[in-house]
Amino acid sequence: MEQKTGSFAVKKGLAQMLKGGVIMDVVNAEHAKIAEDAGACAVMALERVPADIRADGGVARMSDPDMIQKIMEAVSIPVMAKCRIGHFVEAQILESLGVDYIDESEVLTPADEAHHINKHDFKVPFVCGCRNLGEALRRIGEGAAMIRTKGEAGTGDVVEAVRHARAVFGEIRKLQNMPEEEVMAYAKEIGAPFELLREVRTLGRLPVVNFAAGGIATPADAALMMQLGVDGVFVGSGIFKSGDPAKRATAIVKATTHYNNPNILAEVSRNLGEPMVGRQVSSIPETDKIATRGW
Amino acid sequence: MKIGVLALQGDFAEHQVMLESLGAEVTQVRLPSHLDGLNGLIIPGGESTTIGKLAISYGLIDPLRQFAKDHAIWGTCAGAILLAKDARRSQPLLEVMDIVIERNAFGRQVDSFEVDLDVPCLSMDDKQNRPFHAVFIRAPLIESIGKNVEALATLGDGRIVAARQGKILTTSFHPELTHDDRFHRYFMELAK
Repeated sequence: MEQKTGSFAVKKGLAQMLKGGVIMDVVNAEHAKIAEDAGACAVMALERVPADIRADGGVARMSDPDMIQKIMEAVSIPVMAKCRIGHFVEAQILESLGVDYIDESEVLTPADEAHHINKHDFKVPFVCGCRNLGEALRRIGEGAAMIRTKGEAGTGDVVEAVRHARAVFGEIRKLQNMPEEEVMAYAKEIGAPFELLREVRTLGRLPVVNFAAGGIATPADAALMMQLGVDGVFVGSGIFKSGDPAKRATAIVKATTHYNNPNILAEVSRNLGEPMVGRQVSSIPETDKIATRGW
Repeated sequence: MKIGVLALQGDFAEHQVMLESLGAEVTQVRLPSHLDGLNGLIIPGGESTTIGKLAISYGLIDPLRQFAKDHAIWGTCAGAILLAKDARRSQPLLEVMDIVIERNAFGRQVDSFEVDLDVPCLSMDDKQNRPFHAVFIRAPLIESIGKNVEALATLGDGRIVAARQGKILTTSFHPELTHDDRFHRYFMELAK
């Protein structure tokens, strides 16, 4: 009985276990415990949440391994960590730490403006952001075992997450309705690998788990994304930049499970205290938008 | 036949697809009233702490314990943890099966693996007794079993990864992530 590790099935399989759940950004072990106690299905360990990265400016890099390790020791749920787009050495370091998932993330400053990491090279699975079907399938072609919409991180404005989720689902519907002979031209048009496009056409969905991220700040935001058809949600700045993180985190977890039950959504939305201070995406200059990073 | 899948968090949709392909009528269970009229229930893979907390929030713990007394119930991975009497740490459990289970027994995600297992109980269904291709994701291990519990599958070194106590079934691995429906058929027999 030979055991095989690092296969695509086990990489994709962990993301399947996260479905219907909330993955929360945490910056230290104490936040990680709060997230776990609130019912997070995983945490994302990073030094600064996206709202702070946005405010501070400068170059955002992989977090200190010591801080990631402390978070891994503090909780029993999976721990994810971010590396810069194209920075395969940061990814090698995160793999050696034993993190459960790597987010090759546009929230950090890209290290390569033409190429992403060849994620097939790693035993640890990767999640990557996308704004549309072509981008999602390019990342899966490179080996990503999980996809998330990019949204616009650190804003508390859900509009971009909605835009990106609608783009992906809309393009899948279009793909399913086109005659077979048009698929190749569509692959060329959206820059997607042809074989993956054919697989999506058969499945009627992405071949890997697809979460929403970027701007989700309330239980209603989480339920909105779930009703649009994503498999789960990432919440970044929305929790620990709010007035009562533990309460809001619990409420978002409940809203993600009971996303189709308005009575429960009304109940969990009560008295959550101050939400994070939002920033309208439409007020952000194009050059400052994070979601445009990725190729 | 009506089978429920506990749909608080995890890969319940994968179970649903497999059950429906076998002709079962499937209900997603999120609240106690959703258990009414079911012949059996599957608790899917996912995060056991998340599922446990959500079960407490909406008053599901006692109804699930009652359900397990006279119905078939199957836990895969996180679901197996929730059914156990003891998970060696403090977290919400249903405590309906006399097993001690160890979470993340094989290590972190980089240690997740696939392996072919011999599962004799599936031979009733398949005379050739093909091995079952099992996918282990940050999997738990059934560390010990009580006297009324039968081990259904072990790894090469003898460690237990599937067990049954009456109509209660646990697997450390995920038949719902494969295309092999023998475990689901075995469970539906238990639910009859």
